[in-house]
Amino acid sequence: MGFIAVRVDPEKIEKAEKLLKRKIQGIPTEYIKRLTFAIDKVMGEAGLYSEDLAALAIRQSLGDLIEASFMLRSFKNTIRRIGYSEPSDCREMRVIRRISSAFKDIPGGQILGATRDYSLRLLDDSCDIENEEGEKEVISEEHKVTFDGKLPKVKDYLKDYLETIDEENTKESLYDITKEPLIFPNPPRSAVLQSLTMGEEGALLMLAYSSLRGYGPVHPTILELRQGYLPIKIKHPVTGKVVRVGEIRATECEVISQEKEKLKIGYGLVFGFNERKAISMAILDRCLQVKDGTPASDEEFVLYHIDGVDAMGFVEHLKLPHYIFFASIIDRIKKVNK
Amino acid sequence: MKYNFAYLDEDTKKEIRRKILKAVAIPGHQVPFASRVMPLAKGFGTGALQITLSILTKEDVVKVIDQGRDDSMNALNLKRLIKKTSGVETTTDTAKATIIQTRHRIPEEKLRKGQILVLQCPFPEPLRWVEKSEAKTRKMHAEMDYSKAYLYLYENILRYGEVLIGTRYPVIVNDRYLMDTTPIPRWDIPKLNYADCLFLFGAGREKRIYAVPPYTKVEPLEFEDHKFRVEDMSGKRCALCGSEDVYLDEVIKDDGQKYYVCSDSNFCEKVRRGIKVERWDNVIRS
Repeated sequence: MGFIAVRVDPEKIEKAEKLLKRKIQGIPTEYIKRLTFAIDKVMGEAGLYSEDLAALAIRQSLGDLIEASFMLRSFKNTIRRIGYSEPSDCREMRVIRRISSAFKDIPGGQILGATRDYSLRLLDDSCDIENEEGEKEVISEEHKVTFDGKLPKVKDYLKDYLETIDEENTKESLYDITKEPLIFPNPPRSAVLQSLTMGEEGALLMLAYSSLRGYGPVHPTILELRQGYLPIKIKHPVTGKVVRVGEIRATECEVISQEKEKLKIGYGLVFGFNERKAISMAILDRCLQVKDGTPASDEEFVLYHIDGVDAMGFVEHLKLPHYIFFASIIDRIKKVNK
Repeated sequence: MKYNFAYLDEDTKKEIRRKILKAVAIPGHQVPFASRVMPLAKGFGTGALQITLSILTKEDVVKVIDQGRDDSMNALNLKRLIKKTSGVETTTDTAKATIIQTRHRIPEEKLRKGQILVLQCPFPEPLRWVEKSEAKTRKMHAEMDYSKAYLYLYENILRYGEVLIGTRYPVIVNDRYLMDTTPIPRWDIPKLNYADCLFLFGAGREKRIYAVPPYTKVEPLEFEDHKFRVEDMSGKRCALCGSEDVYLDEVIKDDGQKYYVCSDSNFCEKVRRGIKVERWDNVIRS
């Protein structure tokens, strides 16, 4: 058996694409847009907030979500970036769901919202939507009455116990990882948080889980998890005034963790509704500040490997011909085993 | 859809009951079992649920609590599944229940002979604090080598003057096995010692069952000159029923003010209604 070199034939590439395209035909993008969690995963990992484009990418990738993130992220690099938004305060979020597992009741109340957490995972071919709409009304009503659109954070009430996050760290200017490379050791906190929020959900989940199980330093409590619509503001290019340009769906999580004699906070914020990822991010943020030598707290290990687009590309590149490399290895093996 | 009585098939229940018997025969020892995928996410009580469903008979009366409360979402949800698939009677009355599934609390009301408390357990391995590898911790249990656990406590005391373990406080069962007590508060630890009831612990994700049979010695890890301590509840009382000698939850009001309420909702209700409640007698007070 010899090795067959793959002949370069442009037609073959087109034929391969055609085989896939045929499968995509007839899938309406409108339906895909309603698969919120798939859309949100893709927007998050691509680092581009567009439900329409995410739906298009998911359709084109036939539901291969990492592939869709990949396409969306590469598309992002065709758009001119005209500026940075002002820092968002999640207290201003129009909250549709908000819970704390650290306290029984919290100022503003626990808002269960739409969740599967307490559903029995029994396969069901009927779908009862009657109750849903009623619930939504109750939620917004309750929330408006008490806090007039600005819901305080649970952590505001814990000031006595909390060590404040290093002010210098949070005040430093933004380090944009889509324009500058990650530098080790000690990448800026903004770079760490960006890497985490654009990381692949499954990778974050696995690493956060490893810490919970004992292969990492952090076993936290969810101080607060909130979901809703976050206003995005920019400085007006002419007047210089801060103006609201729209809102995005987002999930924010703050975990609180006992470290020695102190309580510390880990932070997660992700595009769309993705609680699993927001919680995982908050755990890893905390782990990366502890640095105890475990995989989940090793900044190089975590930040180099959580990117789904990087990882899928490199793992799948193994499908490219490697016969020069392999022949060379065979040569060495033959020599040694002669 | 028609489900078998108590959801699981009879063979599965039989296997789990066998594992429970082994766990009862070797108090505090973790018995591996083939944990099934339940229709709720792991970490929500699938291990304890499998135990509850496996030991359930049609005559049983089931109570489910989470954080001490019957009305918490997770408790209601578990109860819903148990009721839906078995049709057994459910209750909020601690005294009336024959099986109580719980997350993070042992009721304030004393459990009597014949009652079974099934505890939801996230981390069955008490040595995980000090040793990551399962292969190593199994060996440590076999050799009863718990020096690292004591060392952990000792180092805590040396550095901070206190043991910093809040919940999941490790205990020695029957002078033999070190056991994780699940995230119950330290307040509840003394109740495990020489109790009249049976305690079963189910860890679904980690696939372990363990038990503390009735009238078994259970001692928290401590030193002669640094005794085990429960949470300090002194000077606090329940805003609803006025009880002082109970485990209390801190609640923050909208104006930022704090108040306290009983964590055990059934106990609180009984006190308010003037019903006499028998308390655990073997408790330590802060």
